[in-house]
Amino acid sequence: MSAENTNPEDLHTTPLDGLHRALGAKMVPFAGYAMPVQYPAGILKEHLHTRASASLFDVSHMGQGFLRGADAIQAFETLVPGDYQVMQVGKTRYTVLLNDQGGILDDLMATRIADGLYLVVNAACKDQDFAHIEAGTKGRATLEVLTDRALLALQGPKAGDVLARLAPETAAMTFMTFKEVAINGIDCFVTRSGYTGEDGFEISVPSAQAEAFAKLLLDQPEVEPAGLGARDSLRLEAGLCLYGHDITPETTPVEADIKWVVNKRRREQGGFPGADIILDQLQNGTEQQRVGILPEGRAPARDGTEVQDLEGHTIGTITSGGFGPSVGGPIAMGYVKSAFAAPGTPVNLIVRNKPLAAKIVKMPFTDKSYKV
Amino acid sequence: MSLKFTKDHEWINLDGDIATVGVTAYALKQLGDLVFVEVPDEGRMLSKGDEAAVVESVKAASEVYAPVTGEVIEGNVAITDDPATVSGDPAEDGWFFKIRLSDPSELDDLMDEEEYDVYVESLD
Repeated sequence: MSAENTNPEDLHTTPLDGLHRALGAKMVPFAGYAMPVQYPAGILKEHLHTRASASLFDVSHMGQGFLRGADAIQAFETLVPGDYQVMQVGKTRYTVLLNDQGGILDDLMATRIADGLYLVVNAACKDQDFAHIEAGTKGRATLEVLTDRALLALQGPKAGDVLARLAPETAAMTFMTFKEVAINGIDCFVTRSGYTGEDGFEISVPSAQAEAFAKLLLDQPEVEPAGLGARDSLRLEAGLCLYGHDITPETTPVEADIKWVVNKRRREQGGFPGADIILDQLQNGTEQQRVGILPEGRAPARDGTEVQDLEGHTIGTITSGGFGPSVGGPIAMGYVKSAFAAPGTPVNLIVRNKPLAAKIVKMPFTDKSYKV
Repeated sequence: MSLKFTKDHEWINLDGDIATVGVTAYALKQLGDLVFVEVPDEGRMLSKGDEAAVVESVKAASEVYAPVTGEVIEGNVAITDDPATVSGDPAEDGWFFKIRLSDPSELDDLMDEEEYDVYVESLD
């Protein structure tokens, strides 16, 4: 075993860094930031608390920006397969930036606002994403990257009650909608969304007021802090993709089984990067696809684990795997040859050179509790 | 009986030529909640430094290395049934395996409790 004690000095910190340390968080490097992987309660308890009540996550390392201009929507649509023209102001949609092969450069949330879009992208990709968006919309829209705002996620079945207590106008918000709200005088961009499979909110606040706002949420009896460890096990149970693992520049939305990001009008009209490849795959299928994988025993099968058929032929690889605290056992997702993708198909996972029996399953591993 | 420690955070409790091996509370704190444990089968021959057991938290898998050479005479099945036992009582019920020493002089390289405490403090 080796204990991790690396804490390089050159890491960025979020506006909540002092609060994390005061709460006793174990800090780890993630995407160039010092981030809390867990608090003293530990990943298991933080995970289960999120599913039962409400947890506060710091996701300030993620990138936020506004893409504005009369032509911003049409320009943005040249980079993604989503239909943003049909969306009303105040609606949020998950989408992906695509390369010319239809591979995924990143996944992101884009919300229609009055004069364009409010974007939230992954931390590890944010510089290249923003450069890509700026280049791809040049002359048609203006990108403003928000470097002075923190992002907090309040997630769990009690999140709605908690936020309604502080901001009654959020009570009527449904999942994937956006509202600008003042909470205790703090200017908040509230999106009813998240990445845990639970109801909840992502709330953008000015950096200077982030700690006061986080403390206000933590003062609510339902709310406990949760770290990146729980965020990862929650999203895995919810069957949601982690960029760089489950979706990459080498995988298309069709292979990743998120074909719903290619909206109807875009299927008919194309006009997004890799459209020929993606539209062909929608019609004719793919060689491989992302599936849920449930190991039969108790041993987790991690990212990179080889998947074999019962004759010992390699048929795929696990891209995310671990222990699902709410499931109470190991869970995984990965890519297998499409002939083996049907739920119920038995497979073997090669863990420490031994075959572990598993089967292909439908995802999510836990029920979602979004407010619709 | 004498208690020894490795830099990989295993403890070794020697009784005659039988060593009981476990993982220290310090290491368990670093790992977090354990969700899976695998221990070596009885009769397995281990060389010092071999991967002998596996501990997995929600987040990651880690190996437990054989601190000495010898034959496994028992693996602790109770902790594979309930990994939480290890975190609850790392020094007693949470033992991993018992091994019959081939070369007792290998123990000379290991730390005693006082040395281990100083070592752990140097890590924080």
